[in-house]
Amino acid sequence: MTRAARLRLAATVLVALFCGLTGARAQPAERAPDTMEARVLACAPCHGGVGEGTSNDYFPRLAGKPAGYLYNQLLAFHEGRRRYPPMNYLLEFLPDTYLRKMAEFYAAQRPPLPPRPVPIVSKEVLARGQSIVTHGDSRRGVPACAGCHGPSFTGMEPAIPGLVGLNARYISAQLGAWRYGTRTAAAPDCMQIVAGLLTEADVTAVAAYLSSLPIPADPAPVPRGTLAMPLACGSEPN
Amino acid sequence: MRRPRSGLDRIFVWIGAAALIALSHLPAAAETQPAPGPALVKEGEYLSRAGDCIACHTAPGGALFAGGRAMPTPFGTLYSTNITPDPETGIGKWTAQQFYTLMHNGRSPDGGLIYPAMPFGSYTKVTRKDSDAIFAYLRAVPPVHAANRPNELRFPYNNRSLILGWRTLFFQEGEYQPDKTKSDEWNRGAYLVQGLGHCSMCHTPINALGGSSESRAFEGGLIPMQDWYAPSLTSNKEAGLGEWSIKDISDLLRTGISARGTVYGPMAEVVYNSLQYMTDEDTRAMAVYLKSLGQGRPPEAAVSTIPTAESSLLMRLGQTVYEAHCATCHGAQGRGMPPDYPPLAGNQSIQMASAVNPIRLVLNGGYPPGTEGNPMPYGMPPFAQTLSDDEVAAVVSFIRSSWGNRGDAVSARQANELRSAPLN
Repeated sequence: MTRAARLRLAATVLVALFCGLTGARAQPAERAPDTMEARVLACAPCHGGVGEGTSNDYFPRLAGKPAGYLYNQLLAFHEGRRRYPPMNYLLEFLPDTYLRKMAEFYAAQRPPLPPRPVPIVSKEVLARGQSIVTHGDSRRGVPACAGCHGPSFTGMEPAIPGLVGLNARYISAQLGAWRYGTRTAAAPDCMQIVAGLLTEADVTAVAAYLSSLPIPADPAPVPRGTLAMPLACGSEPN
Repeated sequence: MRRPRSGLDRIFVWIGAAALIALSHLPAAAETQPAPGPALVKEGEYLSRAGDCIACHTAPGGALFAGGRAMPTPFGTLYSTNITPDPETGIGKWTAQQFYTLMHNGRSPDGGLIYPAMPFGSYTKVTRKDSDAIFAYLRAVPPVHAANRPNELRFPYNNRSLILGWRTLFFQEGEYQPDKTKSDEWNRGAYLVQGLGHCSMCHTPINALGGSSESRAFEGGLIPMQDWYAPSLTSNKEAGLGEWSIKDISDLLRTGISARGTVYGPMAEVVYNSLQYMTDEDTRAMAVYLKSLGQGRPPEAAVSTIPTAESSLLMRLGQTVYEAHCATCHGAQGRGMPPDYPPLAGNQSIQMASAVNPIRLVLNGGYPPGTEGNPMPYGMPPFAQTLSDDEVAAVVSFIRSSWGNRGDAVSARQANELRSAPLN
C-alpha cells in the first residue's frame, strides 16, 4: 500500500468513525417528558389530566385545592388511614417528597370548572341544604360549612379543601365515609364530628346544595387564617 | 391495609397425622448483654433492610417494628409480632442466642415452633455474626409497648404441632455454605438472595402442601391471597436474568426501573423497603448470582388455546385498543421509552406463560416504587373502568404476541376474574 493509499484509508476510517459518532448522537434514546403531568398520568383516568375531574360522579376534582389538603389525603391513602384500594395500591410505595410534589402540582392547576348539574332534588331539600351549609344548625351544634370552607366554598390555605366543582354523590359518599370511619383525618378530626351530627336527610340536602353552587370568579382558596374556624381541626393548624 | 408480601403465603397446608408434639425446650442461655457499639448497630440496620423485616413487622402507619400487621393466609389471619426491645411485649428480655435460634431454627425462646410465615427457611442461612448484628440493631430501636395480637387461624391450622410436620417436609436447617468453585462476589450474592433476601418465599412454586421444595427453587409461582405471579428466576422465559446485563439487573433491584423492565406489585414493595438500601457491591453481587440462575432460551412460540378465527378478531381489536391507549407511551413498536416507560417488545414478563401480571397492570395500572435512584416514577394508568373485559383480553393478547413476543392469547374471562383481585 502506498503512502497516499494509507492516508486515504486512514481518512476514510476517520470519516466513517465520525459519521458513526454523529449518527449515534443524532438519535438519542427518546425519554418520557420530564413533567409532572406525564408522571401523574396514572391519575388521569379518574381525575382528569390536570385534576379537572371527569364525568364520573364518584371521583373528585383535584385542581386548585390547597396543596396541604391534597398532601394530607395522599399521605392518608399511602398509610392506609383513608381507605380506597385503587388509591392505596397506587400510592403505597411512593415517598412523601413525591406525594408533596403531586399535591403542589394539582393545587397550582386552574382548569375551567365544569357546568353545574341541574339538581334532581326538590326545592325544599335544596333550601334545607342551603340553610345547613350557610348557617349550620345551632340546635344540634352543626357548624356552617362556610365557616371553614370559605364564603364562596373555595377552601382555605393550607389544608381546607374547596367544595365547589364536586358532585353530590362524591360529597355524600365522603360524609358517609367519615360517619363510618373509613375516612379519617388528623385528630381532632373535625369532619368526623360534623358528619356524625348529620342525618341521612341532612347529607342528601347538603350534597345537593353544594353541588349546585355557582362557579366563583376566583377559585383560589382564601389565605391561611382568614376564617375564625368554629371548631378545632387537626389538619388545619391555627 | 397493605398486604404483607413475603412469606405469609407459604403457610403450610399440612393436615396429616402428625400429632407429634415436640416442643422441646431449649436451655435458656445465660448471656450478659453489653451495649452494642454504634458500628454494630449500623451494620445490623443494613442487614435488617436486606431481610426486609419492616415489611411485616411494622403495621401501615404504625410504630417501627411494633408488629400487629394483619397477614391474611388461606388458613386464617396471622399478626406479625412486636420486635422492639420492650421487655414485656417485645424482645427486650431476649438474648442474642435466643434471637439466633429463632432466625436459624424457627423456635421462639420458650422452645415453641413458629409459623413459617416468618421465613426462617431462608434466614437459617444467615451467619451467627449477621444475626447478632441485626439483634443489636433491634435492641437499639425505640421500645414500643404493644402486646402481640393472637392469630386467627381456623381449625385445624391453629394447632401449632402441625408445624412439626411442615418442618419435616420443607425445612432444612443450616447456614449458607459457600461454593468454592464460584467467585466471592457470586457467593455474596447467593448468600443475600437465599438468606436474608428470602426471595424463594415468592419465587419458588408452592406445592400442594404449602411448602416450597429445594429442588424447584426459584422456579416461580402464583402468590396465594395476592393474585400476583412471582415469575421464575431460573427460566429465561420468565424473569430469568441470564440474558440481562449486570447493569440492567442492578438498576432494577436498586431503583425499580431498568432498560429491560420495571417492578410493580409485591416486588415494588421489596425494592421500596429493602433493595434500594443495598450498597453497590451487594446489589452487583446479587445481580451476578441472579444472572447465573437464568437458563435456557427466550420464549418460543406458544401454542394458543384460542381458535385462530377468534384469535385474529382479538388481535384486530387489541391493536385498535393499543393504538388508542398505549402507543403514546409504549410506542407503535412496543419499544417504550426506557427506563421510564418500560418496553413491551421482548419483555419477558409480558409473554410468560402466566398472563396474570400483564392483565393486572392493564386493569389496575401501577407506580414503580419511589426510590433514591428514581424518586419520581412515572405511573401506568388503570384501565379497569375504561376498557371492557373483551378489550382488556384483546390488548393483552396483542402485546403478548406482537413485535416478536411469543405469548399466547388470553380470554375475557381471565380478565374478568382479575377485576376482583385484591389490590393491597
